[in-house]
Amino acid sequence: MTSATLTANANSARRGNPLARRLLIAGAWLVFALFLLLPLLVVLSEAFKQGVGTFFTAILEPDAISALKLTLTAVAIAVPLNLVFGVSAAWCVSKYEFTGKSLLVTLIDLPFSVSPVIAGLIYVLLFGAQGYFGQWLSDHDIQIVFAIPGIVLATIFVTVPFVARELIPLMQEQGTQEEEAARLLGANGWQMFWHVTLPNIKWGLIYGVVLCTARAMGEFGAVSVVSGHIRGLTNTLPLHVEILYNEYNHVAAFSVASLLLALALIILLLKQWSEARLSRLKSNADEE
Amino acid sequence: MSIRTLSLSLIASALFAAPALAQTTLLNVSYDPTRELYVEYNKAFNKHWTAQGNEAVTVQQSHGGSGKQARAVIDGLKADVVTLALAGDIDELHKLGKLIPENWQERLPQASTPYTSTIVFLVRKGNPKNIKDWGDLTKDGVEVITPNPKTSGGARWNFLAAWAWAQQHYGSEAKAQEYVKALYQHVPVLDTGARASTITFVNNQIGDVLLAWENEAFLALKEQGGDQFEIVAPSLSILAEPPVSVVDKNVDKHGTRKVAEAYLQYLYSEEGQRIAAKNFYRPRNEKVAAEFAQQFPNLKLVTIDKDFGGWKTAQPKFFNDGGVFDQIYQAQ
Amino acid sequence: MSRRISPVIPGFGLTLGYTLVYLSLLVLIPLGALFLKTTDLTWAQFIQVISAPRVLAALKLSFSTAFFAALINGVIGTLLAWVLVRYTFPGRKIIDAMIDLPFALPTAVAGIALTALYAPKGLIGSLAADIGLKIAYTPLGITLALTFVTLPFVVRTVQPVLADIPREVEEAAACLGAKPLQVARHVLLPALLPAWLTGFALAFARGVGEYGSVIFIAGNMPMKTEILPLLIMVKLDQYDYTGATAIGVLMLVVSFILLLAINLLQRRIETP
Repeated sequence: MTSATLTANANSARRGNPLARRLLIAGAWLVFALFLLLPLLVVLSEAFKQGVGTFFTAILEPDAISALKLTLTAVAIAVPLNLVFGVSAAWCVSKYEFTGKSLLVTLIDLPFSVSPVIAGLIYVLLFGAQGYFGQWLSDHDIQIVFAIPGIVLATIFVTVPFVARELIPLMQEQGTQEEEAARLLGANGWQMFWHVTLPNIKWGLIYGVVLCTARAMGEFGAVSVVSGHIRGLTNTLPLHVEILYNEYNHVAAFSVASLLLALALIILLLKQWSEARLSRLKSNADEE
Repeated sequence: MSIRTLSLSLIASALFAAPALAQTTLLNVSYDPTRELYVEYNKAFNKHWTAQGNEAVTVQQSHGGSGKQARAVIDGLKADVVTLALAGDIDELHKLGKLIPENWQERLPQASTPYTSTIVFLVRKGNPKNIKDWGDLTKDGVEVITPNPKTSGGARWNFLAAWAWAQQHYGSEAKAQEYVKALYQHVPVLDTGARASTITFVNNQIGDVLLAWENEAFLALKEQGGDQFEIVAPSLSILAEPPVSVVDKNVDKHGTRKVAEAYLQYLYSEEGQRIAAKNFYRPRNEKVAAEFAQQFPNLKLVTIDKDFGGWKTAQPKFFNDGGVFDQIYQAQ
Repeated sequence: MSRRISPVIPGFGLTLGYTLVYLSLLVLIPLGALFLKTTDLTWAQFIQVISAPRVLAALKLSFSTAFFAALINGVIGTLLAWVLVRYTFPGRKIIDAMIDLPFALPTAVAGIALTALYAPKGLIGSLAADIGLKIAYTPLGITLALTFVTLPFVVRTVQPVLADIPREVEEAAACLGAKPLQVARHVLLPALLPAWLTGFALAFARGVGEYGSVIFIAGNMPMKTEILPLLIMVKLDQYDYTGATAIGVLMLVVSFILLLAINLLQRRIETP
């Protein structure tokens, strides 16, 4: 191969095929518009059908506020727990070989594949009045299902895999050399984790937390089974949306749904913004 | 880590901002279409209750499919009173949960059913498919919207009303079964609840006729404006009797028996009956019924107890696994 | 890439122990309750419940719609991931940020919005009806709803791995005269396949169990458009707890086997 062909090949490789490129981008836009944008526009247009005033009345109503508080409470408990779990699970799966690893990974994935209906039902089977611990709980006056603990448990259950799932492929891809090097240079376990592993997995971790948060806020099926639907008490935002919708209050229902969307969007944009900012900082540092 | 600080402050704010409920609370676990009724009734009851020198009471509401709600109470939802769609669901509170005595229906007048309703047709304005009676529902090109009797109490009343008409009209059970089979072949969507069906018919504009609770049909007219739909009363329908009960085990634990019983009894008062009628439920009280006679079409009505032998017979025969409803789908 | 035991890296006991305890408490013991409840049935009764024609029809429907939805996502998800990682174009950041929204949108809201769009009188449904295509209240509508709710899975598993493959590797291959398809086959495919399979499996498994978004658009006709999770609800509404848990166990076992098979397959790809 002559050096001329090499250069030509390299140039075309870098530029790519412009037609294919345009087609692919157009395809991505089309998929995005059809699958994501359109359903969201339906939600938003319904929400603002009667103007901004009705929108704010709906989301500032006391029941909506208490639903928002409950949702945030569940998220605030579920996400940190699943974050720690995710890092720990990804660590032992990606850094070591042991028998039963595939089994463990499958178990971590399992909550994804458990129907939300079942995810709620299992807690009723355990902690409901007729459940295995029902009598004991009732004797001690502890209420789990149809109260806030049940909602938190169901939220944790459905979001268990998110952080781990983001980290496992990433950490496997990265391998163990850097950590091994750190150890050889005398770092202890925590130092190695904070200074080598964590910076490497940072983005995967943030992705995982973002997804986990988004899903925890939006969970409907499992929470619906264990909530009891007491207005102003055990309704999360998604359940409040359903209630409003069932009360023919479509505008309010979609307003509260848009509030959820907005919350999710803010988290997603924050993630993007910090990502861009940090990579800029990093490239500046590299240049110096 | 900022996430942790943030979450801690969120927990704290959520805990401290939780409303302090100092006064007595009652939890009324009810089914879907009664939301509007109990919003109004709870206010009226509170006025009545405090006028008698009692402390005000906060009534919390929970709504959902009737069977699902009964199940939640059996599984530990701390309902003080239940106001459900059919007696069969409250029976389970005794059978499975041992929460109420077996004779619960004898404790209040009219077998503990303070208001009634029936099943009517809601059609599009001008009745373009000319639907007058049950027989018209199986004509070519007619699409019928009704929820799934397996998951919806209202749908069970729909089914039994259709069955009762067919049995009288054609004269035999076998013919009745043929009729309901044909009827359900005209159903393009089986939603899981009565409200979901109404929304399919009204908002998504599917189907030519909606089989609905009378109160639900009136409410749809009121909410969506009377210029899009009209109500058609068939020649024969069923008297739907939604029952109420105090949940003994829970009120004794909460110490709310007195107020819970008063809450249900007040449903039978003139004021309570008037609120029910205003929300399109047929009142039991004759004086109030006469006041609202204009509102409700005069219908020939069969009853669950006389014509079907009660829910204890009807439920397993028609709706349990392997029952008539399963057969009409299985045989296709 | 090291894939062997790494004795110098500490924390194996700690992380594995914590992982196992957490999983046991929150996932395995609760799921155990499901199995325990099912043991109220004898084998014969269990077989009878799960081999009823309606259950089998629902089983077929749930698994086939979830499979096609995962397959569609396997294609468009990879496309989206590729475009987002490799190209800069107007709107890239917006698309990237919004890919995850199906996770955040309550499934019931998704169901309501999709039904409004795809019902025969809806914006897209009416267009489809003009060419004789019925979307809502058919298996096609179910597949569509599942495609929507599981869209992020493939994109988000493929994207980071794709971003981690140094572009120089492809360029080097191209410099050496490899055709784009050869590059795809010999360079990209082996690196992406494990992540792609994971995304596919997760989308598939989630699709099988999905409830909230599907019941609005499914039509719920017995034997035709009735999904497995709805059958569980139906059983529960008849106070048939054991029947409901029997179907739950069936779903769980099938999903578990599928996930395990894909995880094993993935390991075989990774360690040739």
